[in-house]
Amino acid sequence: MIRIENAGHRFRPEHWLFRELSVTFPSGRIAAILGPNGCGKTTLLRAICGSLVLAEGRIAIDGHVGFVPQALTADQSYCAIDMVLLGRSRYLGRFSSPGRKDRERAYECLEEVGLVSLAEQRYDRLSGGQRQLILLARALASDCKVLVLDEPASALDIANQGVVLRLLLRLAGSLGLTVLFTTHHPDHAIGIADTTLLMQRDAAHITGPTETVLTEGNLTRMYGVPVRRVDVDADEETAAAIVPLHGLRTKLPDLSVER
Amino acid sequence: MILVLLWSITSGRYHVPFGTVLSIIVSHLVEINVTWNPTEAVVVETVRLPRVLIAAIAGAGLSLCGAVLQAIFRNPLVGPQTIGASSGAALGGVTVIFLVGFGPLVQIGAFGGAALALIAVLALHRSDDLTPILTLVLAGVVVGAFCSALVGLVTYLADPETTLQVIVFWLLGSFASSTWPQFGLIASCTTIAGAVLIGMRWRVNVLSLGDDEARTLGVNPARDRFILLAAACLAISSQVAVSGTIGWVGLIVPNLARMIVGADNRQLLPVSTFLGAIFLVAADTLARSLTAAEIPVGIITAIVGTPIFALLLRRTTRSGAA
Repeated sequence: MIRIENAGHRFRPEHWLFRELSVTFPSGRIAAILGPNGCGKTTLLRAICGSLVLAEGRIAIDGHVGFVPQALTADQSYCAIDMVLLGRSRYLGRFSSPGRKDRERAYECLEEVGLVSLAEQRYDRLSGGQRQLILLARALASDCKVLVLDEPASALDIANQGVVLRLLLRLAGSLGLTVLFTTHHPDHAIGIADTTLLMQRDAAHITGPTETVLTEGNLTRMYGVPVRRVDVDADEETAAAIVPLHGLRTKLPDLSVER
Repeated sequence: MILVLLWSITSGRYHVPFGTVLSIIVSHLVEINVTWNPTEAVVVETVRLPRVLIAAIAGAGLSLCGAVLQAIFRNPLVGPQTIGASSGAALGGVTVIFLVGFGPLVQIGAFGGAALALIAVLALHRSDDLTPILTLVLAGVVVGAFCSALVGLVTYLADPETTLQVIVFWLLGSFASSTWPQFGLIASCTTIAGAVLIGMRWRVNVLSLGDDEARTLGVNPARDRFILLAAACLAISSQVAVSGTIGWVGLIVPNLARMIVGADNRQLLPVSTFLGAIFLVAADTLARSLTAAEIPVGIITAIVGTPIFALLLRRTTRSGAA
């Protein structure tokens, strides 16, 4: 569980990124954070991970957090298994290196994300999607109770987006992890999140069950762009998409999917 | 490694055959018949052996520190000079030579100078509460430049007839005056520092990810970095105290080692240490056997090091990883 009470942060005096943010993300559930660029999503995540101290408010978490950063840069030339092993560091003394048990745990986590075959490959030579999964395995290797991900699917193609989202769904279910992720894709939140937080630059944050938060009205107000929600009913599954109306084409194409 | 050490001991103006060197060294361990003349024994025992061992330890220490600094500052072009310790030690040593002349105090002066430089770097660094990597490197550059300027001032003020020559030769770096007590100093300091640095090799891996990620992995980066820097400072200052500033070793060798074993510091740190020892012993042997007069070893390492550095610079800028 993650409980955030009256949180606020600013990097410059009198210039608040966000304020008066109170929200509780329940254990074993998936939660999403959406908000415009610069509203403090990543800052909030860093505070939850303990790498930044908020200007005001408090955050309570049961268990330690496994953090999955965006896999945009790769300036480390370690091999994949060593990247995962780094997740074991919190259990190692200052003068010790990972042992056989740590290695076994790291391989289990690689198996969890389906990348055992890439264990000995160099991390900086993997694709963006594979790097994201390696970082996810690294967080799992820390045996965390709470998994926090910064835009885990934003830089991925739609196939890999699906891989990551299904994996998060499975981890929350099978391991009972509390999962919290930021995203710019409302569809991802609708797809897997039980709870959604809409962050705003002012104090008017909206939080609650995803279906009641991600309405056309709320999203239109938040982004200042009119949006439509499109529900898709395919063979054995349903999906929903949020379509922004940017006014790029005067006559909009038919967005309903024909079968 | 042992072969390089023995080759180095046989080489020089006074040639001692390989077998004789081996016999003289072994004679200290087990009783064997004396087949060598006293001059050979003196050359090996009191001149070359301490010198070669000091060169090996100095090279090992510099390369190990260089590898650690490159990892924790996440920059392959960083060397022991970057944290200001080398320049600080040089300033300390030069000041002592200028004020009281060459002697044992030079070593203490170099030691104090390096420690003060490190404290100055960390103090400058602390003025930034977010503790990013860049300010630390910049603080090192600033303190290093300040120390170099003061070294220049002392050199300018020094008496050209007497102290200037000593200062210049000491600054260029040489193992010519190597003695057993010096070996004791550098060996003990480098062993302690090396045990800490190699012992923390996994933490070096963690720190190489950057402060933010290190914190999310449950590691306190500021405290670990302080311990690593203090250990590196100990090794660097003892090296400068014994043999003056020797550039390039701590910059080039870790990069060569990284090409061989990769970036994982669990392998990189030991390999870098060994390569550094071999590199500096070889450079010192060349320095004293190439010409009739001895060339300061700092010149050899610079002549060998700069082209390699230029190549590395090209590689890193081409791959866009710098």
